[in-house]
Amino acid sequence: MTAGSHQVRALLWAALVLLLLLPPLAGAVGQEFVVGVATRVLIFALVGLSLNLILGYGGMVSFGHAAFFGAGAYVVAILAQHATYGEPLITWPLVIQGTDSAWIAWPAAMVVSALLAALIGVISLRTSGLYFIMITLAFAQMLFFFFISLSAYGGEDGISLFSRSTLPLLDLAQDIQFYYLVLAILLLALFLKARLVASRFGRVLMGARDNERRMQALGFPTFRYKLTGFVIAGAVAGLAGALIANQTEFVSPSFLSWQRSGEILVIVILGGMGRLYGPVAGAVAFLLLEEVLSAWTEHWMIVLGPILVLVVLFARGGLWSLIERREQEHD
Amino acid sequence: MTEPLLATEELTKAYGAVVACDRVSLTLKAGELHAVIGPNGAGKTTLLGQLAGELSPDAGRIRFAGADITGLPAHARAARGLGRSFQVTSLFPNFSVLDNLALAVQAHDGHSFRFWRPVEREAALAERARATLARVGLAERALVRASALAHGEQRQLEIAMALAGQPRALLLDEPTAGMGREDSARMIALLAAIKAEGRTAILLIEHDMDAVFALADRITVLVYGQVIASGSPAEIRADPEVRRAYLGEEASP
Repeated sequence: MTAGSHQVRALLWAALVLLLLLPPLAGAVGQEFVVGVATRVLIFALVGLSLNLILGYGGMVSFGHAAFFGAGAYVVAILAQHATYGEPLITWPLVIQGTDSAWIAWPAAMVVSALLAALIGVISLRTSGLYFIMITLAFAQMLFFFFISLSAYGGEDGISLFSRSTLPLLDLAQDIQFYYLVLAILLLALFLKARLVASRFGRVLMGARDNERRMQALGFPTFRYKLTGFVIAGAVAGLAGALIANQTEFVSPSFLSWQRSGEILVIVILGGMGRLYGPVAGAVAFLLLEEVLSAWTEHWMIVLGPILVLVVLFARGGLWSLIERREQEHD
Repeated sequence: MTEPLLATEELTKAYGAVVACDRVSLTLKAGELHAVIGPNGAGKTTLLGQLAGELSPDAGRIRFAGADITGLPAHARAARGLGRSFQVTSLFPNFSVLDNLALAVQAHDGHSFRFWRPVEREAALAERARATLARVGLAERALVRASALAHGEQRQLEIAMALAGQPRALLLDEPTAGMGREDSARMIALLAAIKAEGRTAILLIEHDMDAVFALADRITVLVYGQVIASGSPAEIRADPEVRRAYLGEEASP
């Protein structure tokens, strides 16, 4: 496999060392805010990774991925709000209290997003191509307006969290500890995804992407595999949402907007569809460009647009393919 | 008399005013090779689409291996042992030849909700894939990308994909399509070998009359969606209506 080649491997190790040393380095030069920026990049890498599973490996162009991301964020925020005010979330048929605990709130975010993905997937996956793009967008928009009208939880203004989620042994209010936790989650997700993509399930997903008709002629009921992939992607996006709610300590309907779905798509396409580390490269490039360019002009998209066009035209596998291609030339 | 492996009863499919398949009843017995011929537009592909489960008939029934499969989707029919090949080569172009076949083998090896173990380490899948490759004469090309194969080799792989699941019946849609003489001869030899093994019945749709008369136990002739004749190659050759409607002078012996 190309990812196993020496120079790519060296680059990956270098990137890992840099990520591990980032907080002390940022502290040494007195630029602690960098840790917060990096956390955000890692969270977007995680949501990009989840979209890449269905987009890059499954060929499902979902234009509503922010729905799962935003729903995960809202789950954490709503549970936290109820915990803060000491009001139960529901009292019937059983009493569910709010909570600050990451052990409860984050898995809950994953479950809610997975259920949403199952519901949306069951309907959307009966279509393909442009219709699939439109129907996923439509569902995300429905959810967006649902949260706008949800006045108990801030409506259009969103909800602020009083504090980050709690975990035993860790203090997530400390940016550095939170950063390392997010990094660990991303690394775990990368590892699991690498296994999944190489497994029988991964083969079926890629087969359905490349030639669904042949897959069915071979005897694969492709729908249920694609739906499973869609639900896994939704759950991981929900976890990323739980993390972003903690990072910003604020959640609003804009987390589910179609612009946000577009940004996640851009991260995957820019970084490299169907490549394990593609969305990480894409998140780094996208958010750093945003960081640098938006300080310079609020119309920073004017610069990003042409870059995206160039990548799509000249590096069809995204930024990550540039790295791999250099590698092949050296061989 | 035992029930045929595959049978259609009065199968009918219309596109608007055009009846592409008009009360077609035919059978495929275990181990036989039954060829369906007919001029362009005779409804051969429509027939095969209905048998494979990609098209649903307007009327009529399809029975396979003792069960009514008329309402089953394509993947369920394939899982029951009804394999098919495509007229236009339909592979996984980015996969290696071996991986194409490993996927075909995997399709008939239980469910694929297995998320952990890398396929590359599944020796049994690769072994069965290699055995099928050897059968169609592509063993040396196992690690080549499917898209890099020559046309004739892609057609062989197309057949291998259908064979990998050890189907009881194969639906072959013009296996010699677009082939030169030499490749055609190799394909005919391959089909003859499959037939000789006697484990797989074949329903063959084919334009190449050399192939049809060399291989078929029985021939059915379709014209405008209707069966106009059905019988042994000798009977079909002698049938005046067939000669008039389809075979013409060029195919006369």
